[in-house]
Amino acid sequence: MDVDLTLTVDGAERTVAVDTRTTLLDALRERLGVTNPKKGCDHGQCGSCTVILDGRRHLTCLTLAVAHEGAEVVTAGGLRGADGALHPVQQAFLDHDGFQCGYCTPGQVCSAVGVLDEVRAGHRSHVTEDLEADPELTDDEIRERMSGNLCRCGAYPGILAAVRQAGGAA
Amino acid sequence: MRDFAYHRADDAAGAVALVAADPDARFLGGGTNLVDHLKLGITSPGTLVDVSRLPLDQVEELPDGGLRVGTNVRNSDLAAHPAVRRDFPGVARALLAGASGQIRHQATTGGNLLQRTRCVYFQDVTTPCNKRDPGSGCSALEGYGRYNAVLGLSEACVTTHPSDLAVALAAADATVVVLGPEGERRIPLVDLHRLPGHHPERDTVLEHGDLITAVQLPASAVARNATYRKARDRASYAFALVSVAAGLELDGEVVRDVRIAWGGVAHKPWRALLAEEALRGAVLTEDAVREAASAELAAATVTAQTAYKVDMVRNLTALALTRLAEGTGR
Repeated sequence: MDVDLTLTVDGAERTVAVDTRTTLLDALRERLGVTNPKKGCDHGQCGSCTVILDGRRHLTCLTLAVAHEGAEVVTAGGLRGADGALHPVQQAFLDHDGFQCGYCTPGQVCSAVGVLDEVRAGHRSHVTEDLEADPELTDDEIRERMSGNLCRCGAYPGILAAVRQAGGAA
Repeated sequence: MRDFAYHRADDAAGAVALVAADPDARFLGGGTNLVDHLKLGITSPGTLVDVSRLPLDQVEELPDGGLRVGTNVRNSDLAAHPAVRRDFPGVARALLAGASGQIRHQATTGGNLLQRTRCVYFQDVTTPCNKRDPGSGCSALEGYGRYNAVLGLSEACVTTHPSDLAVALAAADATVVVLGPEGERRIPLVDLHRLPGHHPERDTVLEHGDLITAVQLPASAVARNATYRKARDRASYAFALVSVAAGLELDGEVVRDVRIAWGGVAHKPWRALLAEEALRGAVLTEDAVREAASAELAAATVTAQTAYKVDMVRNLTALALTRLAEGTGR
């Protein structure tokens, strides 16, 4: 059953008819040609499809496109500033070789942007020792908060360093 | 995947009426589990009624110090709420121990409780499974059984409930507010989920068309001095092998009140009432906790693959309660 769907994707309003069964990931990739979010496991286990959805990091494979009428999607490709400069997280991934093949990178970058926002907003994590104290961006905190993004090349040391730098905790 | 109609609900009563009137309809919340099940062919509804935008997304602080949590409060927001961190740290810890940052933004309070087992055979439609296909048999009985239950299991089903949040809510004496076709009713969280018996296809006591609208948490000393500990195969982003939600109120060294609930051991969050009873009025020592846990675990049924869970849950319970007694365990 087809339904009309309007999304803002990386700043541009896009309207497309989608079958109700279409995931947000497939709507972006197959219907709108936005291939930045990647299909890894397609079951919410790898994080490679992560985007910023209505301001928060979000998987696109475990959600139906039709449930997101009117949503704002920012992919890793939409993170550049108005002047074309790379987002500090993107620059940090380059500076620290936070990837090898690059397939998981758009999801890692979006997730890292979300992690830094969440730490600024005071969200605690599983490894935060004191729930009453504001969290700090320690390496353990970064590892825990980025655990939803897998990298089969094993570029984790570079990813960790990149998030540390982008978070100003270098 | 079977084609389905999609309705975005405007109000809770309308959503309940739509689903109740159509045996082929299902509620759609955050979707982290249901959308996966659609892909895997575990369920094939004809209609999805999307309740995820209903304005049931507030955490309300009640005059008596308790909380009323709307069903659409996302797991990340509930964990971050100051009143939850302060007065229900076990609940906050359980939420933060579950899933990933992305999934916690998507998953709802009610949906978390209604997620289904991650038993590999339930999720593999090519294998027999009484929960997915009643009467087909249980592949886990003689198959991969590392995650199987040790308490309250039946010949029909040996799986465990996967939620971390539900275990913490069981220890926090939470109540689930349910809207059904006949109106609203309240169900203690410990009575929401079922043991498998002969009908493992039924996870909960809810009827078709029943919608969880809120979870209520009563304030108490055992809820304030509480924690959640989870043992798993990797440090993060994995389901529990076993888990413990514990709350403790001491009078000197003597246990005035205590709450113990276990995850990863049964088809439902397992409130360890025998262990609690053994500890009330006793001096809290590690040995006393181990003895109390052993009393609860006397009923355990284990296999070579699950025997480790008995020791693991006893150890974890001892760790949780002795740290709470020291004032360092929240």
